[in-house]
Amino acid sequence: MTTTAPPVKDRPGDGDGAGGGPAKDERLLGNPALRKLLGRPELGAVVGALAVFLFFSVVADSFLKTSSFGTVLYAASTIGIMAVPVALLMIGGEFDLSAGVLVTSSALISSMFSYQMTANIWVGVFVSLLVTLAIGVFNGFMLTRTKLPSFIITLGTFLMLTGLNLGLTKLISDTVSTKSVSDMQGFESARKLFASELTVGGVELKVTILWWAGLVALATWILLRTRFGNWIFAVGGNAEAARAVGVPVRLTKIGLYMGVGFCAWVSGQHLLFSFDVVQSGEGVGNELIYIIAAVIGGCLITGGYGSAIGSAVGAFIFGMTSKGIVYAEWNPDWFKFFLGAMLLLATLLNAWVRKRAEATR
Amino acid sequence: MTSTPSTPGTTTTGGTATTTPLVELDDVSKYYGNIRALEGVSLEVHAGEITCVLGDNGAGKSTLIKIIAGLHQHDAGEFLIDGKRTTLGSPREALDLGIATVYQDLAVVPLMPVWRNFFLGSEPTKGKGPFKRLDVEQMRRTTREELLRMGIDLRDVDQPIGTLSGGERQCVAIARAVHFGAKVLVLDEPTAALGVKQSGVVLKYVAAARDAGLGVVLITHNPHHAYLVGNRFVLLKRGVMAGSHTKESITLDELTRQMAGGSELEELSHELAKAPAPAHLGGRPVDGGGHPVDGEGNGTPPGGSAKP
Repeated sequence: MTTTAPPVKDRPGDGDGAGGGPAKDERLLGNPALRKLLGRPELGAVVGALAVFLFFSVVADSFLKTSSFGTVLYAASTIGIMAVPVALLMIGGEFDLSAGVLVTSSALISSMFSYQMTANIWVGVFVSLLVTLAIGVFNGFMLTRTKLPSFIITLGTFLMLTGLNLGLTKLISDTVSTKSVSDMQGFESARKLFASELTVGGVELKVTILWWAGLVALATWILLRTRFGNWIFAVGGNAEAARAVGVPVRLTKIGLYMGVGFCAWVSGQHLLFSFDVVQSGEGVGNELIYIIAAVIGGCLITGGYGSAIGSAVGAFIFGMTSKGIVYAEWNPDWFKFFLGAMLLLATLLNAWVRKRAEATR
Repeated sequence: MTSTPSTPGTTTTGGTATTTPLVELDDVSKYYGNIRALEGVSLEVHAGEITCVLGDNGAGKSTLIKIIAGLHQHDAGEFLIDGKRTTLGSPREALDLGIATVYQDLAVVPLMPVWRNFFLGSEPTKGKGPFKRLDVEQMRRTTREELLRMGIDLRDVDQPIGTLSGGERQCVAIARAVHFGAKVLVLDEPTAALGVKQSGVVLKYVAAARDAGLGVVLITHNPHHAYLVGNRFVLLKRGVMAGSHTKESITLDELTRQMAGGSELEELSHELAKAPAPAHLGGRPVDGGGHPVDGEGNGTPPGGSAKP
């Protein structure tokens, strides 16, 4: 964030006794930096993340090892890459229930297209990008044209994609998983981009963490510093008002769905190049985890409020919880319970923080 | 109509205008299928003047607004902007010609900061290519200055606009229209949902816009507010024009009487005097003719004894 606005020189007001241009308004009590911090959407999530971190540091001995850090970050990044566009979409006032299976679709398309055409794997990767973007456009177009709730539209896409993933894979490969493509041309270079590992300071980090960080930074830039970002907040906060002042509401929403398509493509390619073989039934249920990460991160489920950094913190909480339970040597069945409790607590905390922040204004 | 070119400086208070109106409707009609929404309405908007459009619910005020704002096209009559015949195809076209409309309820996005709202849809940018970004400094500063100039001293342009009062929100929306170069300002019931004090703030602001040389169309159903600031008054009733007056030619009492329906009001007081309270509200049962069954004569009027 930039600094506060420069003082206004020619103050016509008399009663405020602050001649010479005060740097801040005297009616603003307290520390402006603290006030600004309290007004951030991701504050609740950061507090929650600290609590989860402390909790597992105490109950799980191996949680604090540097190697565990890489594992936790990896788990967080696989969710985080998708939580970013889902958060943006939620700020724009919409859902995408098809996001989970779209990741699987993206992996299936690259794998099967390249295999069937015996083409360079990069051809499949490129075709997959086109298809996922097209599905994003389809979602956005259907939504803005029919004016039905996005819940219904993307529930439809979700079911259709689930069926297509299974049906087409069985039709083409005769099994529910794809054939191995690891010996095909271009596999190694694509693997480098989507599923390589690098060692930083003794910690093994997956490349998805870089993708994740890059996407969060890009999304934050878009949200806070571009016209498109302004429009995202506006279409989620009050679409009619946005339309009335000339914001292209339909294009903004279609763009957001294309963002989901793009990230699903990244995520799907990672899936393909790290496991080589793709199970066509995967991905169902993940869409809810993305939404949970965004909501824990402070996105308002009704739209118009939230941040990309918040979604990253939400994903990080997810990563810590899923791996922390393993390090604590508990039954992983408890994971879902923790996730649910976390969602409720974080949402309550967010609501409370937001109320406090607005009251201090 | 004279052919004198319009000069925004020549304010003609009182309606004896000799300049070309910024916007003029002449005998304009609008039909939705076979429903008459508006018929034979004429009005003039001059620079530095406020033209008030008064009417009850369903009188055709919103249809009139939509024609001026470019959302709908008129079916008959003439729509002149700066003396030229026009048909507006879209709100964008109207904006480009300097006609800005501020709607009562869809003016702002409540959760967004004031400065983001102020520039929504017309955000200034700096930088090139992928580094093209919002000019945040300028946006914040301009918002603060524009609001200050119109007499609104905000504590913090970063506060969500939803935390402002209804009147302040209207003022921000109006200031925005003025800043983006509107020549004609169309205000849809700006004081409808506001208290007395807030209405005063908005009316002061409307007067400030008028004094800045803008032509203002003020839609309202409050004759008191209209008479305070208006130069011309157009009364609508069920889609047709029920009267057109300048401030000299009409008193507040007469405007109020006409606005309230005049003769219709008298009729209503008759009806109220006659009608007995319904049984489920504690009244006595009535026969088919509306008379109480127990034959005691007239029922008690609910609002006291209103005599015509």
